[in-house]
Amino acid sequence: MDILTQQLINGLVLGSVYALVALGYTMVYGILELINFAHGEITMMGAMVALAVIGALVGAGVDLPGVVIALFGLLAAIPVCMALGFAIERVAYRPLRHAPRLAPLITAIGMSIVLQNVAMLIWGRQYISFPPILPQGRHQLLGATITDVQIAILCTSVILMAALVTLVKRTRLGRAMRATAQAPQIAGLMGVNVNTIISLTFVLGSALAAVAGFMVSAYYGLAHYYMGFMLGLKAFSAAVLGGIGNLAGAMLGGLLLGVIESLGAGYIGDLTGGFLGSHYQDVFAFFVLILVLVLRPSGLLGERVVERA
Amino acid sequence: MIEPTRKNAWRSFLLLAALLVALPFLVDAGLGRAWVRVLDFTLLYILLALGLNIVVGYAGLLDLGYIAFYAVGAYLYALLASPHFGLHLPFWMLLPIGAATAAAFGVMLGTPTLRLRGDYLAIVTLGFGEIIRIFLNNLNAPINITNGPQGVNMIDPIQIGGLLFDKTHTLFGVTFSAAHQYSYLFLLLTLTVIFVCLRLQDSRIGRAWVAIREDEVAAEAMGINTRNLKLLAFAMGATFGGVAGGLFAGFQGFISPESFNLMESILIVCMIVLGGMGNIPGVILGAVLLTVLPEALRYLGDAQRALLGHVVVDPADLRMLLFGIALIVVMLYRPAGLLPSRRRQRELVAEAGVAEQEQASVYDAQR
Repeated sequence: MDILTQQLINGLVLGSVYALVALGYTMVYGILELINFAHGEITMMGAMVALAVIGALVGAGVDLPGVVIALFGLLAAIPVCMALGFAIERVAYRPLRHAPRLAPLITAIGMSIVLQNVAMLIWGRQYISFPPILPQGRHQLLGATITDVQIAILCTSVILMAALVTLVKRTRLGRAMRATAQAPQIAGLMGVNVNTIISLTFVLGSALAAVAGFMVSAYYGLAHYYMGFMLGLKAFSAAVLGGIGNLAGAMLGGLLLGVIESLGAGYIGDLTGGFLGSHYQDVFAFFVLILVLVLRPSGLLGERVVERA
Repeated sequence: MIEPTRKNAWRSFLLLAALLVALPFLVDAGLGRAWVRVLDFTLLYILLALGLNIVVGYAGLLDLGYIAFYAVGAYLYALLASPHFGLHLPFWMLLPIGAATAAAFGVMLGTPTLRLRGDYLAIVTLGFGEIIRIFLNNLNAPINITNGPQGVNMIDPIQIGGLLFDKTHTLFGVTFSAAHQYSYLFLLLTLTVIFVCLRLQDSRIGRAWVAIREDEVAAEAMGINTRNLKLLAFAMGATFGGVAGGLFAGFQGFISPESFNLMESILIVCMIVLGGMGNIPGVILGAVLLTVLPEALRYLGDAQRALLGHVVVDPADLRMLLFGIALIVVMLYRPAGLLPSRRRQRELVAEAGVAEQEQASVYDAQR
């Protein structure tokens, strides 16, 4: 029972991060029907910039509480990632909006390679560690342990997701986004500036990615120029799992994928009598993904696509 | 009037054949011995790209896990012809076994994914590729099958009849190194595959694939058995991948799961799209460019030394960056690829008008 609760908590924390990244994929897909392969790399950039700022502040001996220093890092990462998202859309996707379907996929892959290597040139090939400035508190919950960092990640994700949903459903901007997702040309006729909306979608998604990147590096205590690849892949899987183009689907998919992964890693050994170990964690995630898609080809919430954005 | 053109065709054919025969030596003389190996790898990638082109280019099924079939072919060859299990099967058995197993994996991937389209198919194939790689990486315990991350080494070199490809041979006073011999073998297989692809393209099957690519529902209505043909596309693509994998294992003598990561799958998709999807010369061009370009960019260090007097940035760090930029730039200026097929070119010209019409009709339907 304790192990189950523990794995559930770990899974939910991880899953909420996946969900934040998945939202970026799904928003872009909802509007442009484009897999923004570079999104994982934006997440990585968020983590790297945040860590660089935090490292510099700690190195300079700034006398501030750890949480404040970490917040400075996050606040530096968000605008950088927003600018990156904006620039990527302008350079790599906008000129190809009417090109054959696979062309923007290739530029997206190109962008992803470029960002990875730029990060490698700036920060090197080695892992960068998160300075131990965050509170290390541990709490008991239903027989399992939950750390301060985990609580912070969960709360931040929930708040951000709620904010995004409100934005998309309740505001003028959100309405414009939904209209653009449904029919770009008609939205344009109704006075929506489609290009601005698309740019804003990228900027919003990138801001979420920056937060997610920061949280991942805080959770694992590490960042690396290659970390965005697998994270992006998982998040994209999560978005597809929930039904790509669907906001609620991305959140559900992210949380589910996180929980499945951590339960899978925890129990696969027992299930197979020790034949398969916890390093099959990724197999488990992908296997469930394939199974869900085979049984429900449009994803879990894929058919109710009215409210995509 | 027919006679001279036929003669011309023969002349260019002979010229091309002579060029291909001389190619390894030209490369050796012009660029150095290391480049003969690059030539071998280029030929392997051409094989892979042509195989994937059947799935992506002809049948329009975006497969992001293609490298899995390459891995299956390579691992079968490695396990059946190395000291790892103490098995040493002959080459003429290994290649068909690898090809058939890869084809079986192709069908295994194809069957559950028949209903999926577009990006959903892409993500499932991607997951499949990753699953295969993770299994290869971890199947060393409790029973050691794949030897895990260490990979399999001391794989038997390819041997046909009495000819061992790993040894240097001298024939009529010309010395053939291992790389030279492999390049001829790969060239032969590549030509065979090109021939098969050319024949497939205009066959009933090839036309059915194009029909499925353009509109699956319409194709089905025309009496095309979409299920069998999609499975066939997966199986054929996988077969070529398996053959290429076997050759790779024999050629390299060592394989590990690292050679079969997602980036490789993506690279092969890039070759096809960059060169021109569905067009054989385009696919070959894409494969050649994307294999040679990263190798050529290794010389960046020398260029920096010549220009600036010292190495500013390590070329190994810079070349992937330039590679990424090259991908973006080419796609921005040639979105249909460098050598698009004629059908695609026509479509692109017509596309703007058609897209507007489609939008309008969708709008009408919604009202």
